[in-house]
Amino acid sequence: MPERISRDDVAHVARLARLSLTDAELDLFTGQLAAVLEHAADVDALEDGDIPEMTHPFPLHNVLRDDVVGACVDRDEVLAQAPLAEEGRFRVPPILGEEP
Amino acid sequence: MSTSHGTATAVDIAAAVRAGERSAVEVLEPYLAAIEARDAELHAFNLVTADEARDAAAALDRRVAAGEDPGPLAGVPVALKDNLCTRGVPTTCSSRILEGWRPPYDATVVARLTAAGAVSVGKTNLDEFAMGSSTENSAFGPTRNPHDPTRVPGGSSGGSAAAVAAGFAPVALGSDTGGSIRQPAALCGVVGVKPTYGLVSRYGLVAFASSLDQIGPFATTVRDAALLLEVIAGHDPCDSTSIPQPAPGLVDVLDRGVEGLRVGVIAELTGEGIAPDVARRVTEAAEALERAGATVGEASVPAAALGLSAYYLIAPAEASSNLARYDGVRYGLRVDARTTGEMMEASRTAGFGDEVKRRIMLGTYALSAGYRDAYYGKALRVRTLIARDFAAAYERFDVLLSPTSPTTAFPIGDKAADPLSMYLNDVCTIPTNLVGDAAMSVPFGTGDDGLPVGVQVLAPALGEVPMFRVGAALEAAAPGAAAVRPDGEEQP
Repeated sequence: MPERISRDDVAHVARLARLSLTDAELDLFTGQLAAVLEHAADVDALEDGDIPEMTHPFPLHNVLRDDVVGACVDRDEVLAQAPLAEEGRFRVPPILGEEP
Repeated sequence: MSTSHGTATAVDIAAAVRAGERSAVEVLEPYLAAIEARDAELHAFNLVTADEARDAAAALDRRVAAGEDPGPLAGVPVALKDNLCTRGVPTTCSSRILEGWRPPYDATVVARLTAAGAVSVGKTNLDEFAMGSSTENSAFGPTRNPHDPTRVPGGSSGGSAAAVAAGFAPVALGSDTGGSIRQPAALCGVVGVKPTYGLVSRYGLVAFASSLDQIGPFATTVRDAALLLEVIAGHDPCDSTSIPQPAPGLVDVLDRGVEGLRVGVIAELTGEGIAPDVARRVTEAAEALERAGATVGEASVPAAALGLSAYYLIAPAEASSNLARYDGVRYGLRVDARTTGEMMEASRTAGFGDEVKRRIMLGTYALSAGYRDAYYGKALRVRTLIARDFAAAYERFDVLLSPTSPTTAFPIGDKAADPLSMYLNDVCTIPTNLVGDAAMSVPFGTGDDGLPVGVQVLAPALGEVPMFRVGAALEAAAPGAAAVRPDGEEQP
């Protein structure tokens, strides 16, 4: 079984998931996640053998429809729900930290 | 229930409205009045769409007057879990991150209900993004159990279950990823169905764990649940996991009885960890089925014991990927910041509640370099083992029986601080989602505390027909379950 999840591990995954945590939250979540992972460790007792991984209830096949024009969601209606839109596009702050 | 509207089933309402004997408007008003009278206390709804409902009902009445048939759910009020997209109507998932969002399209199930003549009365509360078993994780406050407002309604579809139990709507839709329809149905004393994975389109259901999520009905009767499922089931080109075959007829099989059906009681889900009064009801349910002509035996699904652990790795792993879309760019909450990266982090941090953050981090961890094989990979192998055990059990039995939830409804606040104890509520319901099978919860008497107990009927994939036959037999044999009137008083 892997080592118990540490405070640093939690800080690391929070960063990967783009969440910022306070020190108090880090402490709380570290304990809670450790408890869940310790319970989950009973899957670790499983012998590997030749048991295949099951990612889905039934085999998935890529489904493609015919390449014909059909009705689709209205662009203006979609953009109207965006926090900021401009000229038919979503607008975001600078991506490299500098003013454009 | 003594009030005129409270006893009406969806089947009766639709028949009366189609025949022109009752108007949809006159059907609707008592439900809106019940919501007005008691939802401030119960908080089953995030949003009540009374004006839209009145307009829709009036339009239906005009169609009936013009000689049209509005469909099999003509004039039936329905409550929708607030993770089902409704065009132009706010859909929040009970999360701050989607507060105020108005979807640009209807979920397929919503479109099908509307096309069948149903009238939506509003959007029901849930645990944020359907993550929870008590509806306490809602950003907008908990829902209360109509049978005892100091207790939880279960979750995550607690708002839909409470709405039906309180007489706010005769039927409702929820979603079930690890028990989120069946467990609240059990705790609120109503019928709840988790259909076979792929039977009902997920298009427009806000994704939590895509290999586990499935939409299904809540109702006060098995017949209403069957009717609702018939309307929403069937292939949808907008969901590539939707099963490409016609939906089964269910209402017509309910009177067939259970003569000759083989029923197995799952040994691993009726012993340790199950409250004795709940376990006793399952035994009584099995005895009732035997009296009705079924053959009853003991079934074994040994790997089901590992289901909880596998689920709490697989579901968070899928959620961590699905919820990456909430980044403040295209919809929902944006917290302004200097750069896009900072804006995304600030928006997600402010928009998600604690349980959602926990699951995103758990899933990210289970998928991260060095841990993927030990956690996620092992969990996927457990899933195979559970599927093999169920397949073996279904060689001997047509359906299986277990409790839906280990206990009756617990007090609000009891488990909120301890995620693991909350997760243990799902031990009986999770295995079905992991393998993609069907299961339903049917009210079967009460526990020692007088609160409703649900018995779970499990069936193999596309085994809805035998499942509903057994459900109907259990309903007919159930000890007088507690009913709640819209004014909150218990009815014998």
